[in-house]
Amino acid sequence: MMALCLSVRCVKALENRTWRCLTAFRRSRQSDAGRQDGRWERVVGLEVHAQLCSKSKLFSGSQVQFLAPPNSLVSFLDASLPGTLPVLNKHCVEGAVKTALAVNCTINKRSTFDRKHYFYADLPVGYQITQHRCPIAVSGNLAYNLCVGKRHVIPKFVRIKQIQLEQDSGKSFHDDVRTQTLIDLNRSGIGLIEIVMEPDMCCGNEAEAAVRELQLILRTLGTSHGNMSEGQLRVDANISVHRPGEPYGVRTEVKNINSARFLARAIDYEIQRQIEILENGGKILNETRAFDYKSGQTIFMRDKERKQDYRFMPEPNLPPLIIYDNETLPSNVNPHQVVNIDYIREQLPELPNVKRRRLVEKYGILVEHSFTLMNEDGLVQFFESVVEQTQASPKKVIGWVINDFVALLKQNNLRVNQSPIRPTDMSEILNLLENGCITSFSAKQVLTELWKNKGKTATQVVELKELGLIKDQKKLEQMCQCVIEDHPEEVSEIQKGNWKVINKLIGQVQKASRGRTSPTLVEATLEKKLFQRCNHRNED
Amino acid sequence: MRGWTIREISLALRQGHISPSELCQRCLSLIRKTKILNAYITVTEEQAVKQAEDAEKRLQRGYVPPFNATVVQRLLDQGAILMGKTNLDEFAMGCGSTDGIFGPVRNPWGYSKQYREQLAEDCAVDDSDWVVAGGSSGGSAVAVASMSCFASLGSDTGGSTRNPAAHCGIVGFKGSYGLLSRHGLIPLVNSMDVPGILTRCVDDVSTVFGLLAGHDPKDSTTVQDPFKPFELPDEIDVRNLCVGIPKEYHAPGLSCETLEIWTKGVNLFEDGGARVVEVSLPHTQYSNVCYHVLCTTEVSSNMARFDGLEYGHRSNVESSTEALYAATRHEGFNDVVRGRILAGNYFLLKENYDDYFVKAQKVRRLIANDFLKVFESGVDVLLTPTTLSDASSYMEFIKEDNRTRSAQEDIFTQGANLAGLPAIAVPAILSRRGLPLSLQFIGRAFHDKQLLTVAKWFEQQMKFPLLQLQTPLNNCSELLKSQSSHARF
Repeated sequence: MMALCLSVRCVKALENRTWRCLTAFRRSRQSDAGRQDGRWERVVGLEVHAQLCSKSKLFSGSQVQFLAPPNSLVSFLDASLPGTLPVLNKHCVEGAVKTALAVNCTINKRSTFDRKHYFYADLPVGYQITQHRCPIAVSGNLAYNLCVGKRHVIPKFVRIKQIQLEQDSGKSFHDDVRTQTLIDLNRSGIGLIEIVMEPDMCCGNEAEAAVRELQLILRTLGTSHGNMSEGQLRVDANISVHRPGEPYGVRTEVKNINSARFLARAIDYEIQRQIEILENGGKILNETRAFDYKSGQTIFMRDKERKQDYRFMPEPNLPPLIIYDNETLPSNVNPHQVVNIDYIREQLPELPNVKRRRLVEKYGILVEHSFTLMNEDGLVQFFESVVEQTQASPKKVIGWVINDFVALLKQNNLRVNQSPIRPTDMSEILNLLENGCITSFSAKQVLTELWKNKGKTATQVVELKELGLIKDQKKLEQMCQCVIEDHPEEVSEIQKGNWKVINKLIGQVQKASRGRTSPTLVEATLEKKLFQRCNHRNED
Repeated sequence: MRGWTIREISLALRQGHISPSELCQRCLSLIRKTKILNAYITVTEEQAVKQAEDAEKRLQRGYVPPFNATVVQRLLDQGAILMGKTNLDEFAMGCGSTDGIFGPVRNPWGYSKQYREQLAEDCAVDDSDWVVAGGSSGGSAVAVASMSCFASLGSDTGGSTRNPAAHCGIVGFKGSYGLLSRHGLIPLVNSMDVPGILTRCVDDVSTVFGLLAGHDPKDSTTVQDPFKPFELPDEIDVRNLCVGIPKEYHAPGLSCETLEIWTKGVNLFEDGGARVVEVSLPHTQYSNVCYHVLCTTEVSSNMARFDGLEYGHRSNVESSTEALYAATRHEGFNDVVRGRILAGNYFLLKENYDDYFVKAQKVRRLIANDFLKVFESGVDVLLTPTTLSDASSYMEFIKEDNRTRSAQEDIFTQGANLAGLPAIAVPAILSRRGLPLSLQFIGRAFHDKQLLTVAKWFEQQMKFPLLQLQTPLNNCSELLKSQSSHARF
C-alpha cells in the first residue's frame, strides 16, 4: 500500500514539474513587468532538516521505523528517564559526513554537542542535543539546475553555511474536542542533519530546484529517504526583500511546508506579501509564519521578537566527536570503530550532477533527457543496461525508455524496480527492431504484451502473436494485390499522376498486415504492381 | 503515640519518620494488646495492611526506575545482595542529608556510647537534638556505619560521599572521573558526578572498586582503556612517597581538633619516612563560586526532564501544558532544588553565559591546573582535612541555609571533583565530643591504586575505634518524640 502511494506521488511530481516550470517562467515574466523590474531584491535562505536513514536512533538503541504503533519505539533515554546517557550512533555520523562531502563541505575533525533548552510536551528531556557552537561540517555548496521553459536549463549554486547533527523531537497530536494533547515519542531522538544554506536564492523556483537536487543527492547517498510529505525532509524558508544597494530587510521565517512545490508557492507568496506591505508604507515584522496550502497563503504563527532564550550549554555526557582521515588515523584504533573521511569519500556513489553530465556526454542524449532519467529512481540503470545489450543507438533507446517504458510505469503506478519488463526484454525488442524482424509499430505491441505476460521472451511473443515482419514476397504481393483491387478510385488517381495517393494504399496494406510489413517494401511492391497493371492496360 | 494529633502524624509520615506500614502495625498491635477493652467488633486487619502498603507506594512518588545502574548491575552480577535503597538530600543537593522527601538521616554516632558519655558530662541527653549524618549520601554512610551492610554506593559531585563518610567514621572513596560508569546515576553535575563507594575499611573499597571500574558502553565518558582490578598490599612502605600539604586548605572555620589531627597525620608520614612538602593551590579560593555556577547551570538543565509528563509527580492543574509544568515542578521540587534551577537558568541566559558559565569553566581549568602543577612537581598524594570539623547537631546545622552549609562542608572536597581526581576520606580519630574526624587524600588522575595504598597505610596507623551503640535505634516512639520538637520549627 505504501509503495503504491509513494509512486503515485512521484508520478504526480513528475507531471507537475514540467507544467510548473513552464507556468513559473510565464508568471515570473509577467510579474517582472508588473512590478517595474529591479525595484526590489529578494533574498531567500533555507534551513533543511533531513532525517538520517539508520536502524537505530541518534543516541539510543531504539529502532527507527515509519508508521509503527505510537510509543512502541521508545527507549529509556527517549523517554528521558533519569540516569540514562546518550551514546552516539556511528552510522548517523557517517551519514552526516557522507552528505557533507557530497555538498563539498569542510568536515570539522573535532565537533561538539550542545543542549538547546525549551519546554515542549514532545521534548521529554527539556532540551534538544544539537551542534550549536561547533558543527560537524561547514562551508560547502550545492550546485543545482533551474529549468526555465522546456529546453532551458540554468546551472546555479547555493552556499552551505553548516551541517549539524541533532535529535528529532516526538510528535504532538492536539485533540481539540477533549482539549488534550497526545504524545508519540517514536520520532523522539531520531538522527537529523540540519543543513543551513546561505541566503543565495531569490525566488521560490530556485529554492524548489535546490531542495529537489538536495533530495536527489540524499537518496543517491542513501543518507535520507527525503520524503517531505512524510516529514523526512523539512524545509524552513527565511525570506526578506530590500531595495537594491540597501541592507537586507527584516526577514520572516515560513515553516510547515510539506512539499517542494508548496515551498516555491510559499516563498513567492511571502515575497509578494512583503513587497506589497513595503510599497504601501508598512513594516515587515520578524515573525514565524506557516504555509496554508489550501489558500496558498502564509499565515502568522508566532512573534519572533519575544524570542525565547534557548540557554545553550555544552552537552556534558558526550565527549567531542573526533573524525579522522588517513593521515590522522591512529594506528592503535580499530578502523571499524572510527569514522574516516577518506574512506567515506572513496565509497561515495556517483552524484546526480556528475551522472547527468556523464549521460549526456557518453550517450549523446539531451540534457533534459538526463533530468528525466535521474528523476525516476532506477531509470538510469535501466537505460544503461538496455544500451549495453542492444545494437540500437542510445539516442533511439532513450525515446523508448523515457516515453514508452515510463508511460507504462505511470499507467500502472509502478516504480522501475517493480516493472515486469526487465532491461533484457527491452533490449531484445530493440534488437528485433534493429534487425528488421519487427516494425516499430509491432515493437510497441510486443512491449505491451510483455508487460502483461511476464516470463515470456520478446521473440516468443513475436512468434506467438505473429507479430514478425512479413518477408514472404508472394504473401506481400497478394496483400498488395488485394488492396489495389479494393481501391480502384485511388488507383486511378495514381494513374492520373498523383503519386502521393500511394501512401494511402501503403497504409491499407499496413492495416491489413497489422503493422507487420515494412513500408518501403510495401511501397516497392505496390509500385511494381501498379506499374505492371498500367503496362497490362496499355497492352490491352 | 496516643498523644499525637492527626496533623502531627501526617507530617511524620510525609517526612519519613514512620512508614504507613509501621504505623499500621503499631496500631494493630495495640488493638491486640487492648482486646480486653472490647472496643472493636471486627478488626479489618487485612484491609488495613493493604491500604497501608498502597499508601507507602503513593509516598514513593510513583517512580521506580525500570533499569539498574551499571554499578548496581555489576555488583548484582558478582552475587552481591541488595539490602535496600538509601536516603539522601533531594536530588543529592545538600551536605547534611536533612533536605530529602523521606526526612533527615541521623548519624549513628549520635547514639554511641562514645558520644553520649561525653554529652552527659556537659548537659542532659536531649533526644530532640540528634547528630547530622553529613551528605548528600548520608543514608549510604549510615547504613555502612551502623553495620547493617558491608558496602554502599553514594554519588559524589562536590564531596557527597566523602562528607558523610567523614561524619559517620567510615571510608568514602571517589574514583578518578571516567573509571566508574554514571549510567543510572541521577545526574547532579554530569561533568563532576562520580559514583562513590562507602565501606568500613580501605581494603573493602578496593574490592568493590575492582568490581565496578572499567569502560561502560552506556557511558561515553568512561575511559576505554581496560581496567585491571587490584589488591592492596598489607606491608606498605611510604619512604619513597611525597605527600603534599596544600597551604590554602588552612581555611577559615577549620576547627582546632581537625587542625590537630591534620598535623598528626603530617607527622605520621614524616615519621614513616615520607617526604612531606607544603604546596600551593592558589585558585582554591575561587572554587566555591566556580562550583556554584557550574553546579546550578547543569542542575537547571538536568532537572528540565522532571515535568510530570512521563513519570513522577504530576500536578492536578490542567489549564494548559505550561501551567501543568509550573505547578508540577513547584510542588515536586523543594526550595533548594528550585533555587538552584533558577540560578542556573539565569547563568545560562544569552547575555549572562559568557560572564558566568564561560568564566566559571575557565576558573575550573585553573583549579585543575593547580593540581596538575603540584603533581608534576613530584607530589604523589595530597593530605587534607575532609571537613572543617566533626558533625553538627541538627539544631546547630539548620541555623545556616543549605547553600551556606554546602559551601562550608564541600570546601576541601569539591576540588577533586572540579579536577576529576581520585580522593578518599579515611576516619582518623574521635573528637573530644566523641564524633569521628577524618582526613582526605587526593591522588593523581587514574592513580587510584596508589591513592588507596597510601590511605590503607594511614588507616593502619590510626586504628580508628569501633562504633559502640548505646541506644537501641529501632525505638520508634523515641524517634517520634524527638520529631515533635523539630516539627514545630
